[in-house]
Amino acid sequence: MNSIIWRLFWLVLGLSGGLAASAEATMTIEIIGGAAHRIPVAIAPFVAVGDKLSDPAEVVQADLQRSGLFNLIAPNGLGQPGEAQPVAHAKWRARGADALVVGQVKSLADGRLDIRFRLYDVVRQLPLAGYSYVVPPAHARAVAHKIADLVHEKLTGEAGTFSGRIAYILKRNGWYELQVADADGENAFIVTRSPEPLISPVWSPDGGRLAYVSFERKKPVVYVQSLADGRRKAVANFRGSNYSPAWSPDGRKLAVALSKDDISLIYLIDAGGGDAVRLSQGNALDTEPVFSADGKWIYFTSDRGGSPQIYRMNTAGSEVRRVTYDGAYNVSPALSADGKYLAFIHRDGGSFRVAAMELATGQTQVLSDTHFDESPSFAANGRTILYATLVKGRGVLATVSVNGRVKQRLSLSGDLREPSWAP
Amino acid sequence: MNKGLFLMALVGGLMLSGCAELAKMAGQSTAAPIEERTDAAAATGQDGAAKAAAAAATGRDGAGLAAQTPPAPQVETHALPGISAQGKALDGVNPMLATTAKAAADPRLKDPAHTLSKRVIYFDFDSSAIREEYRELIETHAAFIKANKGLQVILQGHTDERGSRDYNLALGQRRAESVRQAMALLGVPDEQMEAVSLGEEKPVQEGHDEAAWQQNRRTEIHYQGE
Repeated sequence: MNSIIWRLFWLVLGLSGGLAASAEATMTIEIIGGAAHRIPVAIAPFVAVGDKLSDPAEVVQADLQRSGLFNLIAPNGLGQPGEAQPVAHAKWRARGADALVVGQVKSLADGRLDIRFRLYDVVRQLPLAGYSYVVPPAHARAVAHKIADLVHEKLTGEAGTFSGRIAYILKRNGWYELQVADADGENAFIVTRSPEPLISPVWSPDGGRLAYVSFERKKPVVYVQSLADGRRKAVANFRGSNYSPAWSPDGRKLAVALSKDDISLIYLIDAGGGDAVRLSQGNALDTEPVFSADGKWIYFTSDRGGSPQIYRMNTAGSEVRRVTYDGAYNVSPALSADGKYLAFIHRDGGSFRVAAMELATGQTQVLSDTHFDESPSFAANGRTILYATLVKGRGVLATVSVNGRVKQRLSLSGDLREPSWAP
Repeated sequence: MNKGLFLMALVGGLMLSGCAELAKMAGQSTAAPIEERTDAAAATGQDGAAKAAAAAATGRDGAGLAAQTPPAPQVETHALPGISAQGKALDGVNPMLATTAKAAADPRLKDPAHTLSKRVIYFDFDSSAIREEYRELIETHAAFIKANKGLQVILQGHTDERGSRDYNLALGQRRAESVRQAMALLGVPDEQMEAVSLGEEKPVQEGHDEAAWQQNRRTEIHYQGE
């Protein structure tokens, strides 16, 4: 399991131009590549005080490289300045860097590591950030991701997503594995493994539990599993089908789709199981509920208008309003944590693509250029969307920024699907 | 469990707490004070628990499902490493699945010459309407179920692979319901039927073209205890 090697393909498209279409104009602008301005930054190797210490700079560098927003300047020949020493700004500037990270990793007597870094603006010759972290060696990689997040935030104005985690389903050798991994695919672990399909993993708001759907009973049943101890419980196992779990922002309730009253409708249950309260009404099918971050609204997919579209209702099931209008197939709503964006799957001819709507204006943009996209999920920063797609008939995971500028793809041996970014 | 969470929170807090000491150590003339990042602990505390679980030690505790009727497939769950705990996932037994019926052993169900061995109703694209050609099949099964009061039938709806998995579950459900309603009109009691959906998860044809897709848009009739 630990030896899984992720292959990362970076498809970085720089773009000029922004959101262009409004819902009224029923036009979506597809993205075509262009040149990007990347921030030139140098990550100096961290000074090691002690033996056999891996260099956090390598992880920081890989993270920033992967984001597509930075141009990594090689520090060759410029030495290894310690984090407490004065920085020769001019030399780094001459190398083309706008910013510089220096740091140190030190073994403490109690076995822990003291990892510290400073970020400098070498143009204005100003320190931008500096932190120290005292952690067990096993957490060194997590600290490096945290440093990359801070560098990203200081230099771009938006938080990075490098220290996030993802859940997804890997189908291989006839088995379905629910795995949890770091955002860069490292530290992947199987949390559930089954010979029958597993789908729809979603993180509880505290990151400690996953709700998902398992077909081990020859029908879809919703489970909630604790990540800490692997215990799980079937929380929705009513007559008929039970699926599409979504957590309420307080982590106490799940919205689910149930067919207990003959047609697929949306219900609310306790996260620990129990009776289901019906929210949506009617003879059309409703599914794929998702809560808004403020807990006031549930967005969902319904074919009540004749084609599957995204609607929203309040948590009592009233004040229903249609949200998507453009095209005959808009499904799988996902909301950014700041409530600004709705991501969904939009059918465009024979292709299923990730699209994003700015909720305040209704402006919609198709973001992906793949054809069989599914299951969009926002990173905690609300600016990066993770989704599943097919490349050469095989399931891979891909990300795209909400402005469509940065794209990446993650694949491994076996079929990857149903990704979900941890809160 | 509570202890585990507490430990994780503790580790998470320790792990990523920023240290303002660096500010004092900075001796440069240009050095502005290092920013107080009061949100750091809070922001990292949130993902700290989960992160600690991922980053920490080794060792997995497997937990199987409790035995069920019929035997459940071998589903394993694992604690994320770093948290010591052992658990068995306990689930209630689906009351429908607990019932086995002798009628399910009827040889006609497996006799290729008998309509009862025909179990699949195919559907047109984006449709849950039952085509005329399946009238005899459904009537034959309905009569069989009515004649065997202990028998439980599972109507399993399926879709092709295109589009959202969750939306396809709803579409598959509609196909299963369509057969269930046809049987109800023929007098089959509700208690003997369960309509479920497997969406796009169990294709009979793995291909990515219409030839495969039309084989996958279907409702299958299964009898409990077969």
